[in-house]
Amino acid sequence: MSRRIPLHKLAHARAGDKGDTSSISVWVYDAGDYALVKEQLTAARVKAAFPRLIRGNVVRYCLDELSGLNFVAHNALEGGVNTSLNLDSHGKSWSSLLLSLEIEVPENKHSSTGA
Amino acid sequence: MLRLGCGAGFSSDRLEPAIDLARDGRLDYLVFETIGERTLAFGHRDRKLDPTRGYNPQLAARMRGVLAHCRRNKTRIVTNMGVANVAAAAEVTITIARELGLKGLKVATVEGDDVTAMMGSETVLFDHGNRTIAEVGRPVVGANVYLGIDAILPALETGADVVITGRVADPSLFLSPLVHHFGWKLDDWPLLGRGTLVGHLMECGMQITGGYYADPGFKDVPRVADCGYPIAEVAADGNATITKLASAGGMVSTRTVKEQLLYEVHDPTAYLTPDVTADFSRVGIDDRGQNRVDVSGASGTVRPRTLKVTVGFDGGHLGEGGISYAGPNAVARATLARDILADRLGRHAGFAENLRLDLIGVDSLHQTARGDPDPSAPGGRLPERESPSATSQDIRVRVAMRSMDRSAIETMLWEVESLLCCGPAGGGGYRGQISPSVITHSALIDRGSVSPTVKVLVA
Repeated sequence: MSRRIPLHKLAHARAGDKGDTSSISVWVYDAGDYALVKEQLTAARVKAAFPRLIRGNVVRYCLDELSGLNFVAHNALEGGVNTSLNLDSHGKSWSSLLLSLEIEVPENKHSSTGA
Repeated sequence: MLRLGCGAGFSSDRLEPAIDLARDGRLDYLVFETIGERTLAFGHRDRKLDPTRGYNPQLAARMRGVLAHCRRNKTRIVTNMGVANVAAAAEVTITIARELGLKGLKVATVEGDDVTAMMGSETVLFDHGNRTIAEVGRPVVGANVYLGIDAILPALETGADVVITGRVADPSLFLSPLVHHFGWKLDDWPLLGRGTLVGHLMECGMQITGGYYADPGFKDVPRVADCGYPIAEVAADGNATITKLASAGGMVSTRTVKEQLLYEVHDPTAYLTPDVTADFSRVGIDDRGQNRVDVSGASGTVRPRTLKVTVGFDGGHLGEGGISYAGPNAVARATLARDILADRLGRHAGFAENLRLDLIGVDSLHQTARGDPDPSAPGGRLPERESPSATSQDIRVRVAMRSMDRSAIETMLWEVESLLCCGPAGGGGYRGQISPSVITHSALIDRGSVSPTVKVLVA
């Protein structure tokens, strides 16, 4: 048995931009949840979740000792800060986009809510 | 130990906490970092319109606020507030110093980052599919190379109270005082990597002290309204403690430091600056309590052979217009307004492909992140209509359009405003604005082709 919960309950994130590339770091609150998040929040999943937004490849870097994942998404800012017509032309809110994805948590697993 | 403070992490960053830091921070150096790709291009534009402008618009207010405190506390200032007009920024600073009676105050400038003259039609833009400047087909507004510590160090060596630069790599503003003070060698890559980490953590100001962090119920920040700028206490081995004034709001924790650690970083083992290829992948972050967090273990390898150049192009005009609908059935009325606009604006040649329509309160920032790929909509603009299911009763229709032709933008705004009489019921609050637009791309040049210069002015 397992349940699905928003990543937002397990992790915090910050997004930055360089040209048309968005980089989003995701930090798990409780190191005990890191393996679960690392297993499910793959680069392929992030790319597949937002196909219309992320046009290029997604590369993931893992900082295991700090329980952090860094996603670098290419062609993911609708042209970049000076080209995009998005109100959020930096893609600052892409951090919340990632945190809205769901993680499957085993029922028997104790998990931090971050609250 | 060297004590560095950051008094601005971007062009329009707050003033008062910087004055607090200058007065009470017992700082050796106070750094103001104010350049982004966008603000630099605007600096070029401002300078073109008025040769006495082009530096950071908040420079005078900042200097008036901190100069006397810094002089009293023997705190030196390092800043890139020169933006696209370093000489004018220095003149303004000298004038203010004289007004404040700070006789003898010394300002050193670092120039040589403006490489507009070196850009040619065949210059390759590596971030733009290796297309050339000619292929972009737009006028170049300006081009600036990211200078590093080797350009800033000679200015510090003059003993100047204030060092003003244009485009330099952000971490170099912090690394240069460390190298100057500790006498680090310019090819000691692990040390330069550690100093670059300090610069990287500090360069965005309050993004490490609880600014840009709060998420109520999940990440609460005390007194965020009075959030203070960060202080770094750096040891001779490059390891550091990040903290803030005890009197300031905000917080320094392992979590605030982590979020900043990878901010705008791609590969954590290879953060490229003009000074070093820094390695942040094995950094240790340790909470010592009382808003003090130790950072250690950064490293580095040899610096890149080439330097990065930001090339700014004239992007024409960005027009943004909006109208709001509230109360019962607001979503349906706003959706109808959006559809009417898509219809009316779509009749003008060339509008549809440069246009974006949002329903703020229903679907705006993440509109283009949802749904299946639509190859006919580059960048996801003008996606297929989805029936909004939101229950909000307060919706704003937003229209954004970019064009080289200002009259096209004016036509668009006219159509938005006209919804006041020939659109859905109850629309109000029309606003429209036209702002200049710049487009930026990146090129690489050889180190040998730039020759930074230092000048000194005395008040």
